[in-house]
Amino acid sequence: MISANLSAVFYLASGILFILALRGLSSPETSRQGNLFGILGMIIAITVTILSVGNFSSSIIYLLVFFVAGGAIGSFIAFKIPMTAMPELVAGFHSLVGLAAVFVAISAFLNPGAFNLGSPSNIKLASLVEMSIGAAIGAITFTGSIIAFLKLRGIMSGAPITFTGQHFINLALGISIIVLIFYLCKTQVDSFFWSVIFISFLIGILLIIPIGGADMPVVISMLNSYSGWAAAGIGFTLENTALIITGALVGSSGAILSYIMCKGMNRSFANVILGGFGADNSSNEVGKNKDQKPVKNGNAEDAAFLMKNASSVIIVPGYGMAVAQAQHALREMVDKLKKNGVTIKYAIHPVAGRMPGHMNVLLAEANVPYDEVFELDDINNDFANTDVAFVIGANDVTNPIAKTDPKSPIFGMPVLDVEKCKSVLFVKRSLSPGYAGVDNELFYRDNTLMLFADAKKMTEDIVKNIE
Amino acid sequence: MEIDPFIFRLSIFVLAIFVGYYVVWSVTPSLHTPLMSVTNAISSVIIVGAIIAALAGTSENIFETSKIFGFFAIILAAINIFGGFLVTQRMLQMYKKKKTKK
Repeated sequence: MISANLSAVFYLASGILFILALRGLSSPETSRQGNLFGILGMIIAITVTILSVGNFSSSIIYLLVFFVAGGAIGSFIAFKIPMTAMPELVAGFHSLVGLAAVFVAISAFLNPGAFNLGSPSNIKLASLVEMSIGAAIGAITFTGSIIAFLKLRGIMSGAPITFTGQHFINLALGISIIVLIFYLCKTQVDSFFWSVIFISFLIGILLIIPIGGADMPVVISMLNSYSGWAAAGIGFTLENTALIITGALVGSSGAILSYIMCKGMNRSFANVILGGFGADNSSNEVGKNKDQKPVKNGNAEDAAFLMKNASSVIIVPGYGMAVAQAQHALREMVDKLKKNGVTIKYAIHPVAGRMPGHMNVLLAEANVPYDEVFELDDINNDFANTDVAFVIGANDVTNPIAKTDPKSPIFGMPVLDVEKCKSVLFVKRSLSPGYAGVDNELFYRDNTLMLFADAKKMTEDIVKNIE
Repeated sequence: MEIDPFIFRLSIFVLAIFVGYYVVWSVTPSLHTPLMSVTNAISSVIIVGAIIAALAGTSENIFETSKIFGFFAIILAAINIFGGFLVTQRMLQMYKKKKTKK
């Protein structure tokens, strides 16, 4: 139908549209337009592919049926999903990209003629390497994302699963994949190909199970990156520019996000991936402190009084807010406070929540204007001239011990300086330590008032008490 | 001696990594979640491979194994394309500026 050269030009165009889609995200105003560019790029890529194959036999009917079926499922999910479930949704979607990459690689392996790669058991060497790599990364992405999904969804415990020799096994499996690909290229025997896929599925599982719940922002970003590299691998196999460009974009995007998340925790990527963090150092250290130090215990009335009479309040949301779905109640509280002439800002730590930008989406959902929401670096100096910090569902990211105690596991992690406020309100269900298993000394300070309750319930009670 | 076309694709790949690097650093942190969902949606452009697989061959037999894998990949990618772009759009609609009144 259309020549290979013409379709290559169109693929380039859709690759550029994808770049513009990401470019649009540099500010909320341009982001919606960016998304449209992305959709346009996708339409071009799909149309051009169908035209360039130019086979309008009954297959195309089936193709449309499957496409529409998938589209219907996808649209349904997109409209139904609550914003608090975004992390698991994204993890689930990553798994689909991974599996699709595996399937495409299998098709290309079984019927290389269709892709112009030679004939079965006589596939071009380079293509064979590319499709094996694409399939392997795709398979790792698939099972890894499934595990991440199960952990985020709470179906599987978020606690890290570790056993002796874990890293050695992973390493051995990784090496065996390289060996298998080598023999696959040498002999073209298909059982090597299946083994590569099978072992990659296994690696995906083993890679994610030792990583704890609160390290999920890194995991999701990493799997995002993998899905990109898988797409790029398939792109090389199919000699398709759109796929290569997209794969590179997505791959580097995920890698950058992983880097930002690791930096937000002051931990190396290796440290997160090797896992086991926050597994069992919680019990011994905390038990001692709990009974000795006095804690100031407040109720909704005290909190309402304190904030109503403040001139400025900074709100520090964390994962607990997402769990309790407290964002709407929080917004209501803020509206009341604003009517009382209180200035409100929100402070977001890079790793608050379970995925990059998680808190921002929830606040946006609750109609909080994005220009009231600030990142750590932009707001940290403001705490000193603020009356009240309202910490809702965050813990480790406010712990001043990260600045003072070099022995602490979170030492060096950038934290929000909430202790510099005149008073700190902490909404929390108990005094239990956060994910890092470190006691938060803020709880015991004189200017801290603990509000023990579910985040949503406490916020609603405060709202009632403000009038 | 002619240059292998692979080298051209590799060049595109490497350049695209650099483009991605600079573009993604300019994404505002508050939009990192939409960034993930949109990158997820665009990586479903892998559907082009699935389409080729599904439409392959002149035979009317759609039950060839390679075609079946193609069809399955189409479903998976389509879920992602629609789900990814729509959920991104839904999120981006929510990002609003402060109202000027009051």
